[in-house]
Amino acid sequence: MSLLEVKNLHTYFHTMDGVTKSVEGVSFSVEKGSTLGLVGESGCGKSVTSLSVMQLVACPPGEIHEGEIFFDGEDLLKKTPEEMRKIRGNDISMIFQEPMTSLNPVFTVGFQVSEVLINHRNMTEEQAKERVISLFKDVGIPDPVRRFDNYPHQMSGGMRQRVMIAMGLACKPKLLIADEPTTALDVTIQAQVLQLMREIKEKTNTAIILITHNLAVVAEMADFIAVMYFGRIVEYTDVKELYKNPKHPYTHGLLNSIPRVDKPKTDVPLPAIPGVVPNPYKSPKGCKFHPRCKFAQEKCRQEEPPYILLPGTKGHFCRCWYPVKN
Amino acid sequence: MSKKEKMTEIETKDYLDVRHEDIEPTFSDDVLVGCHNLHKYFPIHGGLFGAKIADVRAVDGISFEIKKGETHSLVGESGAGKTTAAKTLIRLYDSTGGNIYFRRQKTGLFEDVTKIKGEDLRSLRKEVQIVFQDPSGSLNPRIPVGDIIEEPMIVHGIKSKNERKDRVVEMMKIVGLRPEYLKRYQHEFSGGQRQRIGIARALVLNPELVVCDEAVSALDVSIQSQIINLLQRLQEKFSLTYLFIAHDLAVVRHMSDTIGVMYLGKLVESAPNAVLFNNPAHPYTQALLNAVPVPDPEIEHNKKIIMGDIPSPINPPSGCRFRTRCPKVMDICKVEEPKMKEIEPRHMAACHLL
Repeated sequence: MSLLEVKNLHTYFHTMDGVTKSVEGVSFSVEKGSTLGLVGESGCGKSVTSLSVMQLVACPPGEIHEGEIFFDGEDLLKKTPEEMRKIRGNDISMIFQEPMTSLNPVFTVGFQVSEVLINHRNMTEEQAKERVISLFKDVGIPDPVRRFDNYPHQMSGGMRQRVMIAMGLACKPKLLIADEPTTALDVTIQAQVLQLMREIKEKTNTAIILITHNLAVVAEMADFIAVMYFGRIVEYTDVKELYKNPKHPYTHGLLNSIPRVDKPKTDVPLPAIPGVVPNPYKSPKGCKFHPRCKFAQEKCRQEEPPYILLPGTKGHFCRCWYPVKN
Repeated sequence: MSKKEKMTEIETKDYLDVRHEDIEPTFSDDVLVGCHNLHKYFPIHGGLFGAKIADVRAVDGISFEIKKGETHSLVGESGAGKTTAAKTLIRLYDSTGGNIYFRRQKTGLFEDVTKIKGEDLRSLRKEVQIVFQDPSGSLNPRIPVGDIIEEPMIVHGIKSKNERKDRVVEMMKIVGLRPEYLKRYQHEFSGGQRQRIGIARALVLNPELVVCDEAVSALDVSIQSQIINLLQRLQEKFSLTYLFIAHDLAVVRHMSDTIGVMYLGKLVESAPNAVLFNNPAHPYTQALLNAVPVPDPEIEHNKKIIMGDIPSPINPPSGCRFRTRCPKVMDICKVEEPKMKEIEPRHMAACHLL
C-alpha cells in the first residue's frame, strides 16, 4: 500500500470572474521513503495539489470538488477538521518557500519549533527545548543553544530554512511536503539545504513531495517526477526515464529549452516553447497544451487526451495523443 | 576595538583617496566600458549625533572592462555586490573611489566619466540603460505601456510626438509585443510580456550598454528561454553590450562572453566563458560551480559543499575574504589579502594558492 494515494483530485476556486479549475483530475501516489518531484510553471496547480492534501485550501473561495486522498489507508477528505489538525505537523508536515513569511516574527524560533512538540507530543516546555536543540543540531544550525532564543530576523535565509525543516521534522512525519524549499536561496546555500534533505531521507525514511519549477534540483533529488501543466499531470515516471525519454511534448520542450550549466556556450538560440500558459478562465478546447505544441494535430485541438500508462513501459504515464518518439 | 579607535580608522579612510592611482589603466580599442579600482561604500550612521560609525563595503576595489558587443556577467551570492557594482558603473550611485571609463556615443572617444555631471551626465544616461529583475515592480502601474516606453524619449527631449509614437510601435514589434496593446496597463500582461516591455523601454533610446540585473530570474522556465533568446537577438541586431547580473550559472554560461566572480565586494576571478567553466582557478568559483544542480539524474552528486554563509560586508574578514569558508585555507590567508594575478592570458584570479 502506498503511503499517499491521490485519486482524481479536483480543486476549484470560485472567484468573481468565474471558476478556476486549478487542479483537475490529478492522481498520483507516493511510496514510503521515496521522493516525488512535482514540477511545473507557476499557476499549473502544483502548490494547490499539495495544499489540498494538507486541506489548507481556503474555503471559500476554494473547494475540493472531487477526489480521494488516501494517507496510510485512510481518506483524508473524510476527516473532521479536528482530526486533520492532529495529522498536520505530525504525520504530514510542510516546508514553504519563504521562511521569512512562514515564521512568526514576534516569537523566537525555538518557541515556534517547541510549539509543534508541545501540541502533538504533549511534551513539557523543558522536554521540548531539549528536543528542539537536538533537532537544530541535526539540521546543521551552529550553536543551537544560543540560536534557540533568536528571532527569525536575526537569522540568514539559509538558517531560517533550516529552522523550517527542523519544525517540519519535529514529530518525525511520514510525509514531508517541501514547496519550493530552495527557490529563495543562493546556490551554495541551496546545495547545503538539498544535501540536508537527502541525509534526512536516508536516516528517517521520510517520504518527500518536492514541489519545484527547477528541473535541475528535481533531477538531483527525486525518485519519481510528475510534470504538471494547467492543473493536470501530463507526465509521470521515474526520474531517469523522464530525463532520458521524455514523452510529453511539454516535458520534451522544457528539457530542451533550459540553458545548461554542463554544456558549453553555443550561438544557437534556445529551442524555447512559444506562447504562454493559457488564462485559467479560458481553457482551450482539446489538449490544454496544443496552442503551444509543435506536434499538435487536429485531434489535439478537438479532444483532450486521457492520462494513460504508455504501452510497453513500466509506470510511464503520459497525457498525449502523440507521445514524442525519441 | 574601542569606539575611539574605530573613529580614527574611519577618518583616515575618508582621506584615503583611491580615485587617482599612479597607474593609469590601459584599455584596448574595442573596449566600450571599463572601471579601475572601483569602490562603493555606504556609510552607516548611528549614535547620539548620527555620526558615521561604519561603512558597508559593498564594492571594494574592482576592475574590469567590457568589449563592445560582448556580454560580461557578474556572478556571486546575494550580498556579493554585483548590483551595486553595476549601478556604480553606470553612475546611478556615485563611486567612493576609482575611475569609470566609457566610450561615448557622440564622440567615439574613451572618456573618464567618474565625475561628469549636468548635461554631460544626462547624455550618458541615454547611452546606458537597465533592465530590472521584477518587471511588475519596475513598470508604472498607472500609465499605459505605450507611455512607459515613450517616457525616456520625452525625458531626453527627442523628436516630435508623432515620431515618438512611431518609435514606440516599432519597439513593441521588435520585442515581440503586439502594437495594439499600447493602451493597456502592465497588470494586463503576463510576466514574460512585462519583461519585454521593460526591454523595449531600455532600448528605445538606442543605448550602447544595457545592464540586465537578474532580468530573467523571476520568469517561468518556459518564458525564461524566450527572453534569453530575445536578448541575444537584440544584441546581434543593435550590437548591444550587456552587463549581465545573474545568480543562475546555467543562464550565465549560455549568455556570457566573459565572466567576473564576485565575493563580498571583491572580484575573485575573471575569465572568458569557456575558461571559467572548464578551468576555474579560485576555490570560491570551484565551490560555486560545484553547487549548481545539473538537470541530469545520471550524474552522481558527490559534492564538496562549502558551509556557512557570506560574512557581513561591514566587517569583512581580514586577509582573504573567502578564508572563513575556504576548504583550502592556509596561514597566509588570514594576514595578507591576495592580489589579482594573471594565471593565463585573460584569466585573472586572486588567491594565494596560485
